[in-house]
Amino acid sequence: MTILKPKIQLLDEEHKIKVFNEAMDILENQGIFLENKEAIKIFKQHGIDERNSRYFIPSDLVDKCLESIPNEIKLYDREGKEFLSLTKDNVHFDPGSAAIFILDEKTGEIREALSKDFIHFSKIVEQLQFIDAQSTAIVYQDVPKEAQDWHRLYLALSNCYKPVITGTFRKESFKIMRELLLACRLSEEDLARKPLAVFDACPSPPLKWSDLTTQSLIDAANSMIPSEFVSMPLAGASAPITLIGSITQHCAESLAGVVIAQLTKKGAPVIWGGSPAVLDMRRGTTPMGAIETMMINIGDVEMGKFLKLPTHAYMSLSDSKVPDAQAGFEAGMGALLAGLAGINMVSGPGMIDFESTQSIEKLLIDNEIIGMVKRFLKGIENFGAPFASNILKAYDKKQELLSHPLTLKLFKKELFLPSPIIDRLSRDAWKDSGSKSIRKRAIEQTLKLEKLSPIKPIDEILAKQLDQITSANI
Amino acid sequence: MSQESFYKEISEAIVSLDREKAISFAKKAIEENMNLLDVVEKGFGAGIRRIGELWEEGEFFLPELMLGGNIVQESMEILLPFLKANKEDIMSGKVVIATIEGDIHSIGKTIVATMLSANGFEVYDLGADVSAEKIINTALEKNANIIGVSALLTTTMIGQKKLIEILQDKGIRDKFKVILGGAPVTQNWVNECQADGYADNAIEAVKLIKKLMD
Repeated sequence: MTILKPKIQLLDEEHKIKVFNEAMDILENQGIFLENKEAIKIFKQHGIDERNSRYFIPSDLVDKCLESIPNEIKLYDREGKEFLSLTKDNVHFDPGSAAIFILDEKTGEIREALSKDFIHFSKIVEQLQFIDAQSTAIVYQDVPKEAQDWHRLYLALSNCYKPVITGTFRKESFKIMRELLLACRLSEEDLARKPLAVFDACPSPPLKWSDLTTQSLIDAANSMIPSEFVSMPLAGASAPITLIGSITQHCAESLAGVVIAQLTKKGAPVIWGGSPAVLDMRRGTTPMGAIETMMINIGDVEMGKFLKLPTHAYMSLSDSKVPDAQAGFEAGMGALLAGLAGINMVSGPGMIDFESTQSIEKLLIDNEIIGMVKRFLKGIENFGAPFASNILKAYDKKQELLSHPLTLKLFKKELFLPSPIIDRLSRDAWKDSGSKSIRKRAIEQTLKLEKLSPIKPIDEILAKQLDQITSANI
Repeated sequence: MSQESFYKEISEAIVSLDREKAISFAKKAIEENMNLLDVVEKGFGAGIRRIGELWEEGEFFLPELMLGGNIVQESMEILLPFLKANKEDIMSGKVVIATIEGDIHSIGKTIVATMLSANGFEVYDLGADVSAEKIINTALEKNANIIGVSALLTTTMIGQKKLIEILQDKGIRDKFKVILGGAPVTQNWVNECQADGYADNAIEAVKLIKKLMD
């Protein structure tokens, strides 16, 4: 029995209520900017007032929409097996998505990605024990621009069985992506019942739902496919510099998403997520590894939990350009804090250089970090008293406890056993094995993982179907 | 007070981000019939250049850079109507600047526009999500020297190239220097687009444009 579930909180009940009420007030009196025709039509049908493309959403309508949202989303793997559940304080990780570059582990250079890089990446993700879902993590350059969003879903599904976090860059792509997903299911109802993919929907700060992202949210809602809000207030630039102000803006933007989804289709599944950041006041960049970025994320998620919704955040990323000590501590702090906040889906592993680059080396290191985080979250267990005295009596007899039955029974349960990526050698042994850095060890581990056969090989007929859909659309 | 020490006081007011003082100095210069060109160059200009240096040295942060820029902009608006020379002769050049169509990231572009303006450029900031055609039409209409196009997404960067292609198709590429901005922009991309340069930050952008105008 776990004694205490490890947990952190940054907002108390009083402040959650204040943030929520102010967000409702912002929607009602300042309004959100909307330009998508379908959404505008739906809003008009519900009598939502408009002035200069700003829509003023009354609080009672938001309340009503909140009532119909599911508070749990289960994701299923490619083969339709239940895989993970986004609810309560369940914690899952997926690779940070839509990197436009990769750090080539062979040359050490950051470069534009090719489809073979994403295939390689997806196969590695399949093997990583603590990366729970995959994502369309890399945007590659050797397909036509019009296919750059949906083609990633094709390669993801073809090379890894885990559920996918994805998204569109063009309105037209949703249809193709839905077709790819349907190929993995028996029918539309089956896909709605057993979601395989989540679509990111990213409002533009402050308070704007763009045409593209609104359409994605509407299309997904119509098919009962989960959407994940990625509201991204930039504190000090497009959002208040105060953390509480940014959290309030995130809440308003996300509540607007709730309304769009629920008015499109009652009960449509959505995830309360985000990628907020603080503006770096020296360089004007958007540090994902900043501690305040993580604090805003945690506050945002607490608001999601306050509303009893599944939650998401972009954490466990680094702004460093190589998987160095900075990448390690930023990813490590992010992953642990995300775990302690009970975030249902944490996007970030593998990512460096803000949100621009994926690194397989870092992904493997992050996998170890997440292993440790998940161990931490299990807390300290009570195996029954006495806790030590009997075991110590046994020590007196044998002068060691390695062979104690309890050690053998529990060491795999009590300890997280890292891969050789984590250095625990003696100094001499470390020297003898080539004095390797963690990057070198991660690359060596990649070479091992590459050689493994898929955990769940794709069915040949399904693979062909996915190929056909792709060739028909490219 | 000697003129030199008056210029120094102006510059110090700018560096200490004292809006009231800066504006009162601008008014005083007008009332006392001073050489306003020198006031602008040796007082306000020196101040904003110092702020740029302080930012590069890591002493100043972006909100201070922006505030300094805004104070100089405001002071210039007071001074301009009283400058006896033609506007064209006083200003360092005309710049049309925008974030390209499909891209809503405007903060970097806005900082660049403010710093250019504070450094004596006549700046037309068209905002974010602006079509290449609109940028070109404005540049033609205002008889601009420089076009600055920002893009933060690889999916919208292509718009930077498109803008230059339109200029080439219309046979007016030589009328403007085109500079690019935004996190994903590299020298390779500048070469591929046949642009005239790019800058990594607002202070470098000012230096780049000054160099291009020489």
